[in-house]
Amino acid sequence: MRDSTKLIILYALAALSVGLYLFHDLNGSYDYALPRRGVKVAAMAVTGVAIAYATVVFQTITQNRILTPSIMGLDSLYMLIQTLIIFFLGSTHVTVVNKQVNFLLSVAAMIIFALLLYQLLFKKGNRPVYFLLLVGIIVGTFFGSISTFLQVLIDPNEFLTVQDAMFASFNNVNSDLVWLSIAVVGVCIVIGWRQLRIMDVISLGRDISINLGVPYDRMVRGTLILSSVLIAVSTALVGPITFFGLIVANLSYQFLKSYKHSVTLAGAAGLSLILLIGGQWVVERIFTFSTTLSVIINFAGGVYFIYLLLKESRSA
Amino acid sequence: MIQVRELSKFYGKKAVVEKVSVNIQRGQITSFIGPNGAGKSTLLSMVSRLLDADTGEVLVDKDDVRKMKSNDFAKRVSILKQSNFMNVRLTVRELVSFGRFPHSKGRLNEEDVRIVDQAIEYMELGDMEDSYLDELSGGQRQRAFISMVIAQDTEYVLLDEPLNNLDMKHSVQIMKILRRLVDELGKTVIIVLHDINFASVYSDRIVALKDGRVVKDGPTEDIINSESLKEIYDMDIPIKQMSNCRICVYFNS
Repeated sequence: MRDSTKLIILYALAALSVGLYLFHDLNGSYDYALPRRGVKVAAMAVTGVAIAYATVVFQTITQNRILTPSIMGLDSLYMLIQTLIIFFLGSTHVTVVNKQVNFLLSVAAMIIFALLLYQLLFKKGNRPVYFLLLVGIIVGTFFGSISTFLQVLIDPNEFLTVQDAMFASFNNVNSDLVWLSIAVVGVCIVIGWRQLRIMDVISLGRDISINLGVPYDRMVRGTLILSSVLIAVSTALVGPITFFGLIVANLSYQFLKSYKHSVTLAGAAGLSLILLIGGQWVVERIFTFSTTLSVIINFAGGVYFIYLLLKESRSA
Repeated sequence: MIQVRELSKFYGKKAVVEKVSVNIQRGQITSFIGPNGAGKSTLLSMVSRLLDADTGEVLVDKDDVRKMKSNDFAKRVSILKQSNFMNVRLTVRELVSFGRFPHSKGRLNEEDVRIVDQAIEYMELGDMEDSYLDELSGGQRQRAFISMVIAQDTEYVLLDEPLNNLDMKHSVQIMKILRRLVDELGKTVIIVLHDINFASVYSDRIVALKDGRVVKDGPTEDIINSESLKEIYDMDIPIKQMSNCRICVYFNS
């Protein structure tokens, strides 16, 4: 089967998921239910595309197909911010109640953190990407430990608010923020899309990339920043969900078997739409909200991750 | 001509390459030889911009390498390292097509396709151009990578131990192809070699390094003699002349 045929199938399925989610059991409620469902679909689409993109390019620059950008500690930082706000300001403070404020605060903090980290690491010449990842793991664990420590101390009722932020949820996203996220993610992808052919070369490794005249170190830095912005926006919009990227990226590689980023990225984005929107439909209509999508994602993703680990260890 | 001037590289305080100056002539095969840890690969990496030099400069046809744009450099000098681990699965043709990237930015025109065809033909890979690299033997894979470099069509071709892990037949095959690249296509080949006999039989000039410094630099016949080899390797190596080849018999010295 040709790549374009496969992509058409994927996007047909994605369109089907969207249609199913929007119109199934609508009972003519075009004024009330449809706009609300529409916002949720838009939120899932923008998150799915952002995470698919961020994960695929991140895996290319790290030359590793079982990593996700969450290794840089952005998710842990998000949790720390939410915990700190509630610990010091309480669950009724404007930064918790007002979603716009909370969103902007979280996105700003994550992006500033990422830029500081890269600035610090790349100032002293060109360090390998793995050095950055190690620092990311350590800082991430550090943030996670502080969060846990503070969460133990706060009032149990307040903790419920923190817990809300711990799992990604599409059930009460703010429509203004969805439009803002679409704008930011759109700009990132337009910037990134023009460099996909260069990303194809970068997947051949540092030596071959430099041999072929690609400014490798600059591209890696740019891609890391792009990837961080995408993760920051999607995390602040719906919560930590980067694990999801691992699933769609690898399914896309397996299904499309292409080295071209234009193909694998389009595939990963399409799979994101199918899994998120289709999955959310299943959660709402079949499980009738008795579970959340992120629980299912983590469960299914965990199983798939173990499968990938076993497969990688066999091929090595 | 590639001019290397006072090039040094330090790891911590230890100099791996120390104030190395050499001139590499066009249209020749120049071999870098020397014991392990002499700095051969480091020197090659610095010349090809894979590594930043700590001091010194490299000039390619009088242009300072550091001032050149990455892409312009890639049209003039290519480098192939010894290990090429890749995460993606490519066919031979796809890999060779990547060699056109500095010229075409990934959009191959008819001219590019023709050059890719020629490069595949040149390395006799025609019947396996649609095979995946991980299905090939070590020698075939090495030929595929060299074919990519040929498609890149640069004046200078740098190779870091291209004979590693290859058997005798494939080693000879690769060296003959490099010789043809120089004799037929007028390329300049710079190669790091471990086996001094290959250096002796196939190269025009030899640069010998030891402890990060150049100890010998000259035409092959001036280097391949017991006296010079003693200085480079600290071994007494008798030389035997056999049908126009000077063979170093180092196995029991």
